[in-house]
Amino acid sequence: MLQRVITSIVTLFLASIVVFVGVRLLPGDPALVLAGETADPAVVAAIREQFGLNQPIWIQYFNYVGQALQGNFGVSTRDRIPVAEILLQRLPITLELAGLAILVGVLIGLTAGIVSAVKRGSFADYAANAFGLIGLSVPHFWLGMLAILFFAINLQVLPASGYVAFTEDPGENLRRMILPALVLGTGLSAVLMRQTRAALLGQLSADYVRTARSKGVSRSREVKHALRNSLTTVVTVLGLQLGALIGGAIITEQIFVIPGFGKLIIDAVSARNYPVLQGAVLVAVTGYVLVNLAVDIAYAYLNPRMRLAGGAR
Amino acid sequence: MSQKLITAKRKTVSSIPRPRWQRVVRRFARRPMAVTGLILVVGFVLFALLGPILLSDPNQQDFAAILQTPSLAHLLGTDDLGRDVFARIANGARVSLMAGVMSTALALIIGITIGLITGFYRGWVDVIVMRIVDVMLAFPFLIFAVGLAAILGASLTNVIIALAVSQVPEVIRIARGEAMAIREQEFVSGAVADGARDGTIMFRYIAPNAMGAFIVQATVAIPAAIIGEATLSFLGLGVQPPMSSWGIMLTSAQQYLAQAPYLALFPGIAIALTALGFNLLGDGLRDVLDPKETR
Repeated sequence: MLQRVITSIVTLFLASIVVFVGVRLLPGDPALVLAGETADPAVVAAIREQFGLNQPIWIQYFNYVGQALQGNFGVSTRDRIPVAEILLQRLPITLELAGLAILVGVLIGLTAGIVSAVKRGSFADYAANAFGLIGLSVPHFWLGMLAILFFAINLQVLPASGYVAFTEDPGENLRRMILPALVLGTGLSAVLMRQTRAALLGQLSADYVRTARSKGVSRSREVKHALRNSLTTVVTVLGLQLGALIGGAIITEQIFVIPGFGKLIIDAVSARNYPVLQGAVLVAVTGYVLVNLAVDIAYAYLNPRMRLAGGAR
Repeated sequence: MSQKLITAKRKTVSSIPRPRWQRVVRRFARRPMAVTGLILVVGFVLFALLGPILLSDPNQQDFAAILQTPSLAHLLGTDDLGRDVFARIANGARVSLMAGVMSTALALIIGITIGLITGFYRGWVDVIVMRIVDVMLAFPFLIFAVGLAAILGASLTNVIIALAVSQVPEVIRIARGEAMAIREQEFVSGAVADGARDGTIMFRYIAPNAMGAFIVQATVAIPAAIIGEATLSFLGLGVQPPMSSWGIMLTSAQQYLAQAPYLALFPGIAIALTALGFNLLGDGLRDVLDPKETR
């Protein structure tokens, strides 16, 4: 497990270099962006000096990482607000959206997967499989547009876009989060459904379940045992799906005009707001790597064989 | 007497095992969902190849026929510039096909080559490559693709490159795993004893035996790339107007959602049906080619 932690730290270090270099490869001069297109060359030079942009890139990198570790990600080129402040404002919004989407995904995906495996060959199984396949094939942004068309424009029961903070009005916040969470959660539920079904079918045909069945154990107890052993798969899939969830959040926030992390990244790309882009991507990648590490630890905890083998990898 | 001979001949013929590909085709043909997937994929490819030739110019504007609902004159209606939606979907299919197939082919060529080399040689090459793969996988797919597309600039070629590079790490992992497993088999040891060169072993012995896994990966990667292209174009980082792409069509349809919902409906259905076709085909091929994965 220690080796897994060290690998994650090394990966994060290398990923931070990729982000830093990648942002510098984007077209446009950061000093010119900060100063404005029509700025005096002397002003541009002064900005270059002030932000250390005239130093060798590796010195710039270590300065940046040193500052970032203390929570200083620079200032936004658009409004001169500290990037850390912007990230702290936007992160809870995306976390709320992701949390609700996971809730939707787990509720629908797990239920459909269990029903599909237990009632194999039934109409419910076919319906769940069809849902799984369609859920995987439909892009988030189209599903979002259909949801807006049906619930906001035709039925007019839910708002089409916008965001209200939970602290301001919890009811309105949830009302505005229902559609985005459903859209983002559907893709996750399709993957979870298919994986839960496959894992549960595997467990239900395992020797220990057959032995239990021959001893007269009830069907519900049989499923309960098999389900507990399928949990490792579900946890792993949830971890692996986090990347898709972050990608989905970018699109979902764009469609429903939610001022979260995803929208921040796309807006920063279009506005060439490099400090914000760099900080947001770095935080997203760090979160992704840490959650995957947590999943591996949870996996080892849920599966004693992994602990005996000495680690999750 | 002759009847007995015929029966004996039939028995002899039926006892000869069929070639592997024939067994694969027969097993595949017995799966209606997989066959449905194949029909959808073939239909999509034909539509992408022939549609733009047979239909009208996708960029031809007709300001007298703006936002017209589907009719005989315009089967899927017209958009905000009076352009025929069906013709634009056909043109978008070609863009999707190019993005899906070319980015996946590029990812497979690069990923399989690197994966086979690292899985075959192991050692420090493997350690370095797998660290790089870990770093690439530390980036969520869309963030990686968005970043690359932003660095390279918005165009179809750059989208193909961005999607290919984003898919390479997964292919490397698969090819490496296959190489590590197959190199331990007896026929590879036999080839080594026979004095076969490393390159020959990797590409003549290991690669053909891992082909099933690569084909399955291709059927997973192509729909992901098609959706990826549509997503990047939707975000303004992909194909640029006036070129039509399903993603661009959906971006402009957003403004007319209440007024002309069909503008959002048809390109979305096209993406979903294409991705569904590849997913069904992939599921079928996985069952047929990789018995371990059969559920």
